[in-house]
Amino acid sequence: MSDRGYPEAVADEFSAPPTEFTDREERTVEIRPYEGTEEEHEALVEMYDAFDPADRAQGIPPGGEERIREWLDAILGGDCLNVIAWCGDEVAGHATLVPDGDAYELAIFVHQEYQRAGIGTHLIRGLLGHGQAEGVRKVWLTVERWNRAAVSLYKKIGFETSDAESFELEMGLRLNPNADAGESDE
Amino acid sequence: MKVLCGIGGSDDSLRALDRTVDRAAVANDDLTIAVVENPDSTVDPDEVMDRAREAIDEAKIDAEVRRVEGNPGSRLIEIAETEGFEEIVLGGGHTSPMGKITIGSIAEFVLLNAKTSVTLVR
Repeated sequence: MSDRGYPEAVADEFSAPPTEFTDREERTVEIRPYEGTEEEHEALVEMYDAFDPADRAQGIPPGGEERIREWLDAILGGDCLNVIAWCGDEVAGHATLVPDGDAYELAIFVHQEYQRAGIGTHLIRGLLGHGQAEGVRKVWLTVERWNRAAVSLYKKIGFETSDAESFELEMGLRLNPNADAGESDE
Repeated sequence: MKVLCGIGGSDDSLRALDRTVDRAAVANDDLTIAVVENPDSTVDPDEVMDRAREAIDEAKIDAEVRRVEGNPGSRLIEIAETEGFEEIVLGGGHTSPMGKITIGSIAEFVLLNAKTSVTLVR
Protein backbone atom coordinates (compact mmCIF):
# COMPACT_ATOMS: atom_id res chain seq x y z
CA MET A 1 0.00 0.00 0.00
CA SER A 2 2.49 2.59 1.16
CA ASP A 3 5.99 2.59 -0.27
CA ARG A 4 7.32 4.99 2.34
CA GLY A 5 10.46 3.96 4.17
CA TYR A 6 10.73 3.37 7.90
CA PRO A 7 13.67 2.54 10.16
CA GLU A 8 14.20 -1.16 10.86
CA ALA A 9 14.42 -0.55 14.58
CA VAL A 10 11.45 0.27 16.74
CA ALA A 11 11.62 3.66 18.47
CA ASP A 12 12.12 4.18 22.20
CA GLU A 13 9.21 3.87 24.52
CA PHE A 14 7.52 7.19 25.07
CA SER A 15 5.44 7.79 28.17
CA ALA A 16 1.76 8.23 27.45
CA PRO A 17 0.08 11.48 28.49
CA PRO A 18 -1.18 13.04 30.71
CA THR A 19 2.20 14.44 31.73
CA GLU A 20 3.18 17.70 33.34
CA PHE A 21 6.39 19.72 33.22
CA THR A 22 7.79 23.20 33.76
CA ASP A 23 8.98 24.83 30.53
CA ARG A 24 12.10 26.98 30.13
CA GLU A 25 10.03 30.10 30.90
CA GLU A 26 8.96 28.60 34.24
CA ARG A 27 5.41 27.95 32.99
CA THR A 28 3.57 24.82 34.06
CA VAL A 29 2.49 22.93 30.97
CA GLU A 30 0.34 19.82 30.84
CA ILE A 31 0.12 17.42 27.90
CA ARG A 32 -3.23 15.67 27.58
CA PRO A 33 -4.88 13.59 24.88
CA TYR A 34 -7.74 15.34 23.09
CA GLU A 35 -11.04 13.91 24.27
CA GLY A 36 -13.41 15.64 21.91
CA THR A 37 -15.06 18.16 24.21
CA GLU A 38 -16.32 21.49 22.91
CA GLU A 39 -14.02 23.39 25.30
CA GLU A 40 -10.95 21.68 23.87
CA HIS A 41 -12.17 22.24 20.32
CA GLU A 42 -12.82 25.95 20.86
CA ALA A 43 -9.48 26.43 22.63
CA LEU A 44 -7.76 24.87 19.61
CA VAL A 45 -9.63 27.15 17.21
CA GLU A 46 -8.50 30.09 19.31
CA MET A 47 -4.86 29.06 19.20
CA TYR A 48 -4.88 28.56 15.44
CA ASP A 49 -6.77 31.81 14.86
CA ALA A 50 -3.92 33.62 16.64
CA PHE A 51 -1.20 31.55 14.95
CA ASP A 52 1.58 33.56 13.31
CA PRO A 53 1.29 33.11 9.51
CA ALA A 54 5.09 33.02 9.41
CA ASP A 55 4.93 29.71 11.27
CA ARG A 56 2.68 28.02 8.73
CA ALA A 57 4.19 25.02 7.03
CA GLN A 58 3.14 23.57 3.69
CA GLY A 59 -0.22 25.31 3.79
CA ILE A 60 -1.22 24.45 7.35
CA PRO A 61 -2.65 25.69 9.60
CA PRO A 62 -4.90 27.48 7.12
CA GLY A 63 -5.82 31.12 7.68
CA GLY A 64 -9.25 32.38 8.78
CA GLU A 65 -11.62 30.84 11.29
CA GLU A 66 -13.83 29.09 8.76
CA ARG A 67 -10.96 27.25 7.11
CA ILE A 68 -9.37 26.51 10.49
CA ARG A 69 -12.62 24.85 11.61
CA GLU A 70 -12.86 22.84 8.41
CA TRP A 71 -9.28 21.66 8.77
CA LEU A 72 -9.70 20.80 12.47
CA ASP A 73 -12.84 18.79 11.71
CA ALA A 74 -10.73 16.69 9.35
CA ILE A 75 -7.88 16.04 11.80
CA LEU A 76 -9.76 15.76 15.10
CA GLY A 77 -12.37 13.23 14.11
CA GLY A 78 -12.50 9.55 13.26
CA ASP A 79 -9.35 7.55 13.99
CA CYS A 80 -7.10 10.59 14.35
CA LEU A 81 -5.03 10.82 17.54
CA ASN A 82 -4.46 14.25 19.06
CA VAL A 83 -2.66 15.65 22.08
CA ILE A 84 -2.73 19.20 23.40
CA ALA A 85 -0.18 21.12 25.47
CA TRP A 86 -2.10 23.25 27.96
CA CYS A 87 -0.88 26.27 29.88
CA GLY A 88 -3.84 26.84 32.19
CA ASP A 89 -6.89 27.16 29.94
CA GLU A 90 -4.81 28.18 26.98
CA VAL A 91 -3.55 25.88 24.23
CA ALA A 92 0.21 26.28 23.88
CA GLY A 93 0.59 23.60 21.25
CA HIS A 94 -1.08 20.71 19.47
CA ALA A 95 0.17 17.56 17.80
CA THR A 96 -1.76 15.13 15.66
CA LEU A 97 -1.57 11.72 13.99
CA VAL A 98 -3.84 11.35 10.96
CA PRO A 99 -4.45 7.85 9.54
CA ASP A 100 -3.01 7.18 6.10
CA GLY A 101 -3.42 3.58 5.03
CA ASP A 102 -1.34 1.38 7.36
CA ALA A 103 0.50 4.36 8.85
CA TYR A 104 -0.16 7.78 10.38
CA GLU A 105 0.94 11.22 9.25
CA LEU A 106 2.29 13.44 12.03
CA ALA A 107 2.20 17.20 12.48
CA ILE A 108 2.97 19.45 15.43
CA PHE A 109 2.30 23.13 16.08
CA VAL A 110 3.46 25.33 18.93
CA HIS A 111 2.00 28.82 19.28
CA GLN A 112 4.59 31.58 18.81
CA GLU A 113 4.36 32.72 22.46
CA TYR A 114 5.32 29.24 23.61
CA GLN A 115 8.13 28.43 21.19
CA ARG A 116 11.77 27.84 22.19
CA ALA A 117 10.73 26.70 25.66
CA GLY A 118 11.03 22.94 25.20
CA ILE A 119 7.30 22.39 24.71
CA GLY A 120 7.64 20.89 21.22
CA THR A 121 9.83 18.05 22.49
CA HIS A 122 7.41 17.20 25.29
CA LEU A 123 4.45 17.51 22.95
CA ILE A 124 5.82 15.19 20.28
CA ARG A 125 6.94 12.65 22.88
CA GLY A 126 3.45 12.82 24.39
CA LEU A 127 1.83 12.28 21.02
CA LEU A 128 4.07 9.30 20.25
CA GLY A 129 3.42 7.86 23.73
CA HIS A 130 -0.30 8.17 23.04
CA GLY A 131 0.18 6.57 19.62
CA GLN A 132 2.24 3.73 21.05
CA ALA A 133 -0.45 3.05 23.66
CA GLU A 134 -3.06 3.00 20.89
CA GLY A 135 -1.04 0.48 18.85
CA VAL A 136 0.16 2.80 16.07
CA ARG A 137 2.99 1.09 14.21
CA LYS A 138 4.33 3.52 11.65
CA VAL A 139 4.46 7.30 11.55
CA TRP A 140 5.62 9.55 8.71
CA LEU A 141 5.88 13.26 8.18
CA THR A 142 7.14 15.81 5.72
CA VAL A 143 9.10 18.88 6.71
CA GLU A 144 10.55 21.77 4.74
CA ARG A 145 14.27 21.16 4.27
CA TRP A 146 15.21 24.60 5.58
CA ASN A 147 13.27 24.13 8.83
CA ARG A 148 16.35 23.04 10.77
CA ALA A 149 14.74 23.31 14.21
CA ALA A 150 11.99 20.91 13.22
CA VAL A 151 14.29 18.50 11.37
CA SER A 152 16.65 18.23 14.34
CA LEU A 153 13.72 17.69 16.73
CA TYR A 154 12.44 14.83 14.57
CA LYS A 155 15.92 13.30 14.31
CA LYS A 156 16.40 13.52 18.06
CA ILE A 157 13.13 11.63 18.50
CA GLY A 158 14.32 8.87 16.17
CA PHE A 159 12.83 9.77 12.80
CA GLU A 160 14.92 8.83 9.79
CA THR A 161 14.84 10.52 6.40
CA SER A 162 13.07 8.35 3.84
CA ASP A 163 12.92 10.73 0.87
CA ALA A 164 15.07 13.79 0.28
CA GLU A 165 14.33 14.30 -3.40
CA SER A 166 12.31 17.50 -3.29
CA PHE A 167 11.70 20.65 -1.24
CA GLU A 168 10.26 18.64 1.60
CA LEU A 169 12.07 15.92 3.48
CA GLU A 170 10.01 12.85 4.20
CA MET A 171 10.83 11.11 7.48
CA GLY A 172 9.60 7.89 9.08
CA LEU A 173 9.48 6.31 12.53
CA ARG A 174 8.54 2.80 13.63
CA LEU A 175 6.55 3.11 16.86
CA ASN A 176 5.52 -0.47 17.51
CA PRO A 177 6.75 -3.79 16.09
CA ASN A 178 4.78 -5.21 13.19
CA ALA A 179 1.45 -6.79 14.01
CA ASP A 180 1.56 -10.14 15.78
CA ALA A 181 0.56 -13.17 13.77
CA GLY A 182 -3.19 -13.39 13.49
CA GLU A 183 -3.80 -9.71 13.74
CA SER A 184 -4.83 -8.42 10.36
CA ASP A 185 -5.42 -4.74 10.04
CA GLU A 186 -3.68 -4.20 6.74
CA MET B 1 0.51 33.27 -25.04
CA LYS B 2 2.27 30.04 -25.95
CA VAL B 3 1.66 27.73 -22.99
CA LEU B 4 3.01 24.27 -22.19
CA CYS B 5 1.01 22.34 -19.59
CA GLY B 6 2.73 19.25 -18.20
CA ILE B 7 0.54 16.60 -16.59
CA GLY B 8 1.18 13.09 -15.31
CA GLY B 9 -2.26 12.12 -14.05
CA SER B 10 -2.08 13.08 -10.37
CA ASP B 11 -5.09 14.95 -8.96
CA ASP B 12 -3.29 18.26 -8.87
CA SER B 13 -2.06 17.85 -12.45
CA LEU B 14 -5.63 17.23 -13.65
CA ARG B 15 -6.74 20.38 -11.82
CA ALA B 16 -3.96 22.23 -13.62
CA LEU B 17 -5.17 20.76 -16.92
CA ASP B 18 -8.74 21.96 -16.42
CA ARG B 19 -7.75 25.45 -15.32
CA THR B 20 -5.24 25.85 -18.14
CA VAL B 21 -7.77 24.72 -20.72
CA ASP B 22 -10.40 27.11 -19.30
CA ARG B 23 -7.91 29.97 -19.37
CA ALA B 24 -6.84 29.12 -22.91
CA ALA B 25 -10.48 29.32 -24.03
CA VAL B 26 -10.78 32.86 -22.65
CA ALA B 27 -7.30 34.16 -23.39
CA ASN B 28 -6.88 32.42 -26.71
CA ASP B 29 -3.62 30.82 -25.59
CA ASP B 30 -1.67 28.63 -27.95
CA LEU B 31 -1.77 25.57 -25.70
CA THR B 32 0.14 22.30 -25.79
CA ILE B 33 -0.53 19.60 -23.22
CA ALA B 34 2.40 17.32 -22.53
CA VAL B 35 1.54 14.00 -20.90
CA VAL B 36 4.62 12.97 -18.96
CA GLU B 37 5.55 9.82 -17.10
CA ASN B 38 5.20 10.72 -13.45
CA PRO B 39 6.60 7.82 -11.40
CA ASP B 40 4.43 9.00 -8.48
CA SER B 41 1.24 8.71 -10.50
CA THR B 42 -0.62 5.42 -10.80
CA VAL B 43 -2.72 6.59 -13.74
CA ASP B 44 -2.03 5.07 -17.15
CA PRO B 45 -0.63 7.68 -19.61
CA ASP B 46 -3.18 6.65 -22.26
CA GLU B 47 -5.97 7.49 -19.85
CA VAL B 48 -4.32 10.83 -19.16
CA MET B 49 -4.16 11.49 -22.92
CA ASP B 50 -7.89 10.73 -23.19
CA ARG B 51 -8.66 12.93 -20.22
CA ALA B 52 -6.74 15.81 -21.81
CA ARG B 53 -8.52 15.42 -25.15
CA GLU B 54 -11.89 15.39 -23.37
CA ALA B 55 -11.06 18.64 -21.59
CA ILE B 56 -10.08 20.26 -24.87
CA ASP B 57 -13.21 19.06 -26.66
CA GLU B 58 -15.41 20.30 -23.85
CA ALA B 59 -13.83 23.73 -23.90
CA LYS B 60 -14.06 23.76 -27.72
CA ILE B 61 -10.49 24.92 -28.16
CA ASP B 62 -7.77 23.83 -30.47
CA ALA B 63 -4.81 22.43 -28.52
CA GLU B 64 -2.21 19.75 -29.05
CA VAL B 65 -1.94 16.77 -26.72
CA ARG B 66 1.46 15.14 -26.81
CA ARG B 67 2.96 12.11 -25.11
CA VAL B 68 6.41 12.90 -23.70
CA GLU B 69 8.78 10.05 -22.87
CA GLY B 70 11.82 10.25 -20.61
CA ASN B 71 12.65 12.41 -17.61
CA PRO B 72 9.58 14.65 -17.18
CA GLY B 73 11.26 17.77 -15.80
CA SER B 74 14.13 17.99 -18.25
CA ARG B 75 11.95 17.05 -21.23
CA LEU B 76 9.44 19.81 -20.40
CA ILE B 77 12.20 22.38 -20.21
CA GLU B 78 13.77 21.16 -23.43
CA ILE B 79 10.43 21.39 -25.25
CA ALA B 80 9.76 24.87 -23.83
CA GLU B 81 13.17 26.10 -24.95
CA THR B 82 13.32 24.54 -28.40
CA GLU B 83 9.75 25.39 -29.35
CA GLY B 84 9.53 28.90 -27.93
CA PHE B 85 6.99 28.40 -25.15
CA GLU B 86 6.44 31.40 -22.87
CA GLU B 87 5.04 29.64 -19.84
CA ILE B 88 5.05 26.18 -18.26
CA VAL B 89 2.03 25.16 -16.16
CA LEU B 90 2.13 22.32 -13.64
CA GLY B 91 0.02 20.95 -10.79
CA GLY B 92 0.40 22.85 -7.53
CA GLY B 93 1.42 19.95 -5.34
CA HIS B 94 0.04 16.90 -3.61
CA THR B 95 -2.11 17.37 -0.51
CA SER B 96 -1.48 14.84 2.29
CA PRO B 97 -4.18 13.40 4.61
CA MET B 98 -3.09 16.07 7.08
CA GLY B 99 -3.63 18.83 4.54
CA LYS B 100 0.07 19.48 3.99
CA ILE B 101 1.14 20.42 0.50
CA THR B 102 4.22 18.80 -0.94
CA ILE B 103 5.80 19.87 -4.21
CA GLY B 104 7.17 16.98 -6.19
CA SER B 105 10.61 16.61 -7.70
CA ILE B 106 9.34 17.36 -11.23
CA ALA B 107 7.93 20.74 -10.18
CA GLU B 108 11.09 21.56 -8.25
CA PHE B 109 13.31 20.75 -11.22
CA VAL B 110 11.19 22.83 -13.57
CA LEU B 111 10.98 25.77 -11.15
CA LEU B 112 14.73 25.90 -10.72
CA ASN B 113 15.75 25.26 -14.30
CA ALA B 114 13.13 26.84 -16.54
CA LYS B 115 13.90 30.06 -18.43
CA THR B 116 10.17 30.75 -18.77
CA SER B 117 7.72 31.68 -16.05
CA VAL B 118 6.26 28.67 -14.28
CA THR B 119 2.73 28.51 -12.90
CA LEU B 120 1.73 26.02 -10.22
CA VAL B 121 -2.05 25.67 -10.13
CA ARG B 122 -3.76 25.48 -6.69
